[in-house]
Amino acid sequence: MTLANATGEKYAADFKALTESRPVSDWMSELRQSGWDHFDSIGFPTARRGNELWKYTNLAALDQGKFGFQFDEPGAVEPDVLRERAPWSDDWSTLVFINGRYSESLSQVSSGDGVQVRNFSDPANSESLRTNLGTHAAVDENAFSALNTAFLVDGGFVQIPDNREDTSPIHLLFVTTSGGSRAIYPRTLVVSGINSRSTVIESYISLGEEGGFTAPVAEYVLNSGAGIEHYRVLVENEESFHIGTTRVYQLDNSTFTSTSFALGPKIGRNDVHVLLDAPGAECTLNGLYLTTGDQHMDNHISTTHAKPNGTSHQFYKGVLSGNSRAVFSGRVLVEKDAQKTQAFQKDLNLVLSHGAEIDTKPSLEIYADDVQCAHGATAGHTDPEAIFYMQARGIDEVTAQAMLMRGFASEIVDMIGVDGLQDYVHGVVEEVIPRLQAAAD
Amino acid sequence: MLQVTDLHASVVDADEEILKGLSLSIGAGEVHAIMGPNGSGKSTFANVLLGRPDYVVNSGVVTFDDEDILELFPDQRALRGMFLAFQYPAEIPGVRPWQFLKAALDARREYAGEKPLSVRDFSKLFDDKVEAVGIDPDLVKRSLNEGFSGGEKKRNEMLQLEMLEPRLAILDETDSGLDVDALRIVAEGVNSLRSPDRSFLIVTHYQRLLNYIKPDVVHILVDGRIVETGGPELAITVENSGYEQYITAAMAD
Ligand SMILES: Nc1ncnc2c1ncn2[C@@H]1O[C@H](COP(=O)(O)OP(=O)(O)O)[C@@H](O)[C@H]1O
Ligand SMILES: [Mg+2]
Repeated sequence: MTLANATGEKYAADFKALTESRPVSDWMSELRQSGWDHFDSIGFPTARRGNELWKYTNLAALDQGKFGFQFDEPGAVEPDVLRERAPWSDDWSTLVFINGRYSESLSQVSSGDGVQVRNFSDPANSESLRTNLGTHAAVDENAFSALNTAFLVDGGFVQIPDNREDTSPIHLLFVTTSGGSRAIYPRTLVVSGINSRSTVIESYISLGEEGGFTAPVAEYVLNSGAGIEHYRVLVENEESFHIGTTRVYQLDNSTFTSTSFALGPKIGRNDVHVLLDAPGAECTLNGLYLTTGDQHMDNHISTTHAKPNGTSHQFYKGVLSGNSRAVFSGRVLVEKDAQKTQAFQKDLNLVLSHGAEIDTKPSLEIYADDVQCAHGATAGHTDPEAIFYMQARGIDEVTAQAMLMRGFASEIVDMIGVDGLQDYVHGVVEEVIPRLQAAAD
Repeated sequence: MLQVTDLHASVVDADEEILKGLSLSIGAGEVHAIMGPNGSGKSTFANVLLGRPDYVVNSGVVTFDDEDILELFPDQRALRGMFLAFQYPAEIPGVRPWQFLKAALDARREYAGEKPLSVRDFSKLFDDKVEAVGIDPDLVKRSLNEGFSGGEKKRNEMLQLEMLEPRLAILDETDSGLDVDALRIVAEGVNSLRSPDRSFLIVTHYQRLLNYIKPDVVHILVDGRIVETGGPELAITVENSGYEQYITAAMAD
């Protein structure tokens, strides 16, 4: 036991209670133990010196022993409440997790095209689950990956068969009902077969007003020629802590196209790493983040080109108001073997108040010589010339500014190719615009 | 309709005045032209009339329909019927012309106590005008003015003018950079909108446009003041002899 503080003791007790209360298969129990051992040895990355990866995000609040794991039954939620508050369509296959626990009654899975969409703890442990879980988001990835693995109970496992055509989206919905002191560890593993196509939505919402701590980990594996259209929706409340880790592993000619939408929690981190580990793979990471009040949203995005002929895009946009802070730390690493790589990075921000702050750091690290790469970042207020132009046509200033904000956000929102989801995100953006405006200068 | 008396204006935070005592009066149904050399303050005047926040009015009075408008926001002036076709229209990223004009027309109708047009009626009106003004229908699917050529921007200003049907339309060098066909479209637009209760203020550098739109009154603006006012023949005089004589006279003051 190296974690000597109150947090350490609390987590150690929680871990002990979990292992005693719920026997699981040997391999999973070993995986948990390795997660715990790692977390126990490193603790939270709270150091404020020499801690480059967490330079912009201060996690001290997580380390005060407030949050703990609670092993209980999924809380009761009315299906109508989910339909109203979460992205939802009866046409999707949806697995619902309430406070980290799988809810069979709220989930609805249409089977038919051979896709497996199920909870981890389903006794039919497949070989694929066993070989992939924790392989791409390894326990030594970061403290949160370790912690998440230590407290593995339920999670979404999606296995897409070879050559599957994309018929309907698969949705993994993680709901927090009462945050309070609860720490929740949502887990996702998606393995897509050769030349398969699929759409996967991960969403994180909270129904109560209290802030909890959510530390999700998601792993995506794309076999040869596989295509995944991925969405990540973070709409937890303003009091919550959300530290998400996403790891994507791509084989030859696979395509991962991801759009992330994040409404600022109190402290949020969207930590994504994609490894293009075979020739001809393609990866697009788009994102939109909206922050106000004293919210903090840290987008830590990186793509590694390990093999030739890959293409990657990182395109994030942010709207910041109040005293909020956002980070875009985007990295593209082009390794020596990754000739003919094309990589593009862009982060654009609307900063509406003097109190708000954006740290945008797109960076390219290139070790191959035959590549095409470009990056850029901007931050600015809504254009006063544009506002005057609109006013000169009879549109009042507040409406004009809202139209510009909507226009700015729509570039990302319009990329959402799933109707029900686009409507949902659009609705959230509409709801938030007046709040952002109210906190603008 | 518009009464400007001894208007003095400068750029915010700058000492030097750009408009140095400008007066003019436009009656209902009249077409006025303002001509003048580059830098004489034509665009500044047009923008000050709409209340652009880059400028401050130091003194003078501007009334529209006998109401003092200098304290009104630009949108309030627009809702009262003023319109400026910009010399350099701003780009409005992420907002499509359709959306933009719907919002503008809705605001105007609401101000007039009318119900907003249904999407269907609006679309029909919009499509008809797009065709009449000769705008490439693909263009209106893009963000407003973004990546539009100079000529496309000007046509788009005309589209807005025709859709919004203001009572006082100020056209700031809408003719510059246009070929003869486009010029005709602008002139036809203006001429078809001419009516006893609608007035125009046409700012231009050249007399060319005035071959198509016959003004009632022509003003020469030099160094922030109207130095001469006359009938349509004044435009031709200026075209032939240039602004030199006025500039020399203004310098001598
Ligand atoms: N926003 C501004 N900032 C600084 N100078 C300006 C601004 N607007 C106008 N001016 C100056 O005022 C003068 C008149 O400009 P303008 O009204 O554009 O003339 P015109 O339209 O007659 O060519 C010019 O010297 C110009 O540089
Ligand atoms: Mg000008």
